[in-house]
Amino acid sequence: MSEANNNTIIIDGKEIPFTEGQTIMDAALAADIYIPHLCHRPGLKPHGSCKLCTVEVNGRSASACTLPAASGQEVSNNTEALTEVRKTITQMLFVEGNHFCPSCEKTGDCTLQAVAYHLDMLDGHFPQFYPKREVDASHESIVLDRDRCIMCELCVRASREVDGKDVFAITGRGVDAKLIVNSASGKLADTDITTDDLAAHICPVGAILIKEHGYETPIGRRTFDLHTIAEPGLEPVILRKGKHADEH
Amino acid sequence: MHSNNGPDNNAGSPAQQGGDNHLLHRLYELQQQFQHIPKQAISDLATELNLPISQVESVVDFYSFFHRTARGRYDILFSNCTSCGDMAMMHKLCERLSVTPGETRADGVVSIAETSCIGMCDQGPALLVNGRTLTHLTNRRLEQIAEQVDAGTPVADWPVEWFRVHDNVRKNGLLLSTGFEAGSGLLSAIHQGPEELLEEIVKSGLRGRGGAGFSTGMKWKFCRAATGDAHYVICNADEGEPGTFKDRILLNSHAHEVFEGMTLCGYIIGAQKGYLYLRGEYRYLLPELQAVLKRRHKAKLLGENILGQQGFNFDIEIIMGAGAYICGEESALIESMEQKRGIPRVLPPFPVTKGFLDQPTVVNNVETLAAAAQIAVHGSDWFKGHGSDKSAGSKILSISGDCTTPGAYEYAFGVSIQRILDDCGAEDVQAVQVGGPSGTLIAPDEFERKLGFEDLATGGSFMIYGKDSDLLAVVQNFAHFFAHESCGFCTPCRVGTTLLRNGLDKIVRGHGTQYDVDEMFRMATLVKRRSHCGLGQTAPNPILDALKRFPGIFESRLVNSEFEPHFDLDAALEEARQISHRDDAEAHLV
Ligand SMILES: Cc1cc2nc3c(=O)[nH]c(=O)nc-3n(C[C@H](O)[C@H](O)[C@H](O)COP(=O)(O)O)c2cc1C
Ligand code: SF4
Ligand code: SF4
Ligand code: FES
Repeated sequence: MSEANNNTIIIDGKEIPFTEGQTIMDAALAADIYIPHLCHRPGLKPHGSCKLCTVEVNGRSASACTLPAASGQEVSNNTEALTEVRKTITQMLFVEGNHFCPSCEKTGDCTLQAVAYHLDMLDGHFPQFYPKREVDASHESIVLDRDRCIMCELCVRASREVDGKDVFAITGRGVDAKLIVNSASGKLADTDITTDDLAAHICPVGAILIKEHGYETPIGRRTFDLHTIAEPGLEPVILRKGKHADEH
Repeated sequence: MHSNNGPDNNAGSPAQQGGDNHLLHRLYELQQQFQHIPKQAISDLATELNLPISQVESVVDFYSFFHRTARGRYDILFSNCTSCGDMAMMHKLCERLSVTPGETRADGVVSIAETSCIGMCDQGPALLVNGRTLTHLTNRRLEQIAEQVDAGTPVADWPVEWFRVHDNVRKNGLLLSTGFEAGSGLLSAIHQGPEELLEEIVKSGLRGRGGAGFSTGMKWKFCRAATGDAHYVICNADEGEPGTFKDRILLNSHAHEVFEGMTLCGYIIGAQKGYLYLRGEYRYLLPELQAVLKRRHKAKLLGENILGQQGFNFDIEIIMGAGAYICGEESALIESMEQKRGIPRVLPPFPVTKGFLDQPTVVNNVETLAAAAQIAVHGSDWFKGHGSDKSAGSKILSISGDCTTPGAYEYAFGVSIQRILDDCGAEDVQAVQVGGPSGTLIAPDEFERKLGFEDLATGGSFMIYGKDSDLLAVVQNFAHFFAHESCGFCTPCRVGTTLLRNGLDKIVRGHGTQYDVDEMFRMATLVKRRSHCGLGQTAPNPILDALKRFPGIFESRLVNSEFEPHFDLDAALEEARQISHRDDAEAHLV
């Protein structure tokens, strides 16, 4: 393994450049290296909660999406042990919510599902939690099905940082954490969210869906029928699939 | 360090941070008034404090002492700590008052539930009634409490001796035996100047007493060097680690030392404002602490131009927590001070450069600050003359569990576990939990190990389990504690602590197999290595330690089959039984 130069890090033996202020995730994505991630989207403030991007940096566990890149870092990413860890974490996300993939509108376009395939996850492994979570269908064009929420807070951040609104938040503690809507009634209809908002499209699972666009793309031609999650530059494709012809 | 937790600009103004208008304080008032936080009050408060409704709502839901549905006019919380808790007593009182545990009686008069350790481990069993601490419970006292509730006597009129909390200092060491004259540390500081005093603190070798053991002098140095609009000092008095109560004693009997330590820190790092974050369970200490602050103002030890020194301005406010262990973690504590859920931030940057309101901030434990005040008076050599090479000075231990004299014991670092056990009258000891559930569980063949950062580090909790105690039940208790206290931010800890808890419950119920034990080990290792903050990284310790040192406590409970399903069909029928008001043999599967 070569000694890292200034402003390069080593990921799985490969030397890649970074610029000041980039995280390991930023540097990896720029070099077309896939580090599995769910709560991270380029352009939004890093969150560090799902822990799917767990890597080992000089032997220590770290979140690639939040740790600033620094020269001298030797990062293990695509290893058997880390795949096992990430698979377990993905299973944990599946069992804590209610994911009935075959009947979910998002199937095939769902990042959680794609990550699970990527990691060779065959089942939830752990006993299901079967939480009771509310559906909010109050909004005329957006439905919120909390059963599938993985608490990634992408919608929370998108609304605040990009849409300039503050529509979503997480409340509660521990396994009782849940997504809430910032209005006196707690209903989506009483917020200023619209289908033009990034927050309406960014959900990596099927928790936030646009009404009246169900199953427009037939199964077999959906995002992850045509692509694998590890493909470089897929973020815009994933996002576009969440939108529909009559939206911008 | 950045917040994971709400818009950056909604921390409120600095003026809002202390005093009556802090969100946590306002919610406490509402909870007292209505026994819950009414929905309308959430919107009103959000408007008044200019915060998003979702922020107020999420704070209500995060802290254990706020409720969306009404608690009783007598809201009784039994500690569920292995030292100051007694669940049998809770059930007894529930039966006597016809209350379902965790619920409010239909007439709205009384509710009874459990809560995490309330720091009365040397004088339990203990409970909180409407937030007031009641110690030394006996069966007779339970009956008397029930009578007061039946009679409708306001808690304020209950006999005062029920609420007495003793210091129980059993062994004085370096800090507790050295007297302290209010102002003496500040005089010495002014005499030396900030640079020289800082060097003394660095030289003393003082390391943080809150657990992590970072050099206090270096922390202050980094913060002093950091640039910002303002600097802040925070005293961490959250003391939530089960089995820990030494800060309670320092705050009760050595408050001047603590406040003086904060003021000295402010002098050195250039802060004009300090906050004491006090756990909600210690609310009973609040009036006296505020009285001490007033006296210090009068004596010119706080306020403007302290001791006549031009430009030496420092003030202290107290912020009350509301039942959340995670708020002892320094960045979660800062989030809580900023009127948000206590979610640990992403580090780095650390609080010394970006802390409270994103400004350079020192967070120190109560005992650390008290020690700093003493070092200012007596110098670094005095302090370094005690303890061991890497662990200068002394440590105040909170000793509880199976021993004749629980209480506070102060030792120079380097003392052996056996010596401590001898001093507190502990015999036939099966195990000691050093440093609380997040610390280390040790067996008798390790009792010659020594206290100190180089061997057994501890924030002060020292829980003793005698030969008759059920260690598996202890490990189970801790697993429940962590699952309850996980903040829920990161997946490994949010889901993992619950999986660990369920796994242990299954084994304790007698349904566990070797497969379950192996799975628990795998999960414990993952949670420990991959969690976001210190809570998740230490939560599996009791399980991992017990598997290593006491494998027999698991093995003896296992069933022989290789696999037993997690799903408990009978338990699943509970809801149906409740709906149909049946609990007869026919309504059960076993
Ligand atoms: C879950 C958790 C709980 C903590 N609780 C406390 C506490 O109650 N009191 C405390 O002083 N430190 C606590 N800490 C440690 C603090 O984060 C921090 O390290 C400490 O307050 C720094 O002060 P010190 O350097 O004086 O020890 C806790 C840490 C974690 C991860
Ligand atoms: S609704 Fe979707 S985007 Fe929002 S937190 Fe849940 S999973 Fe993430
Ligand atoms: S480790 Fe636990 S307490 Fe810490 S951030 Fe994660 S969920 Fe919260
Ligand atoms: S992608 Fe890094 S923690 Fe979620």
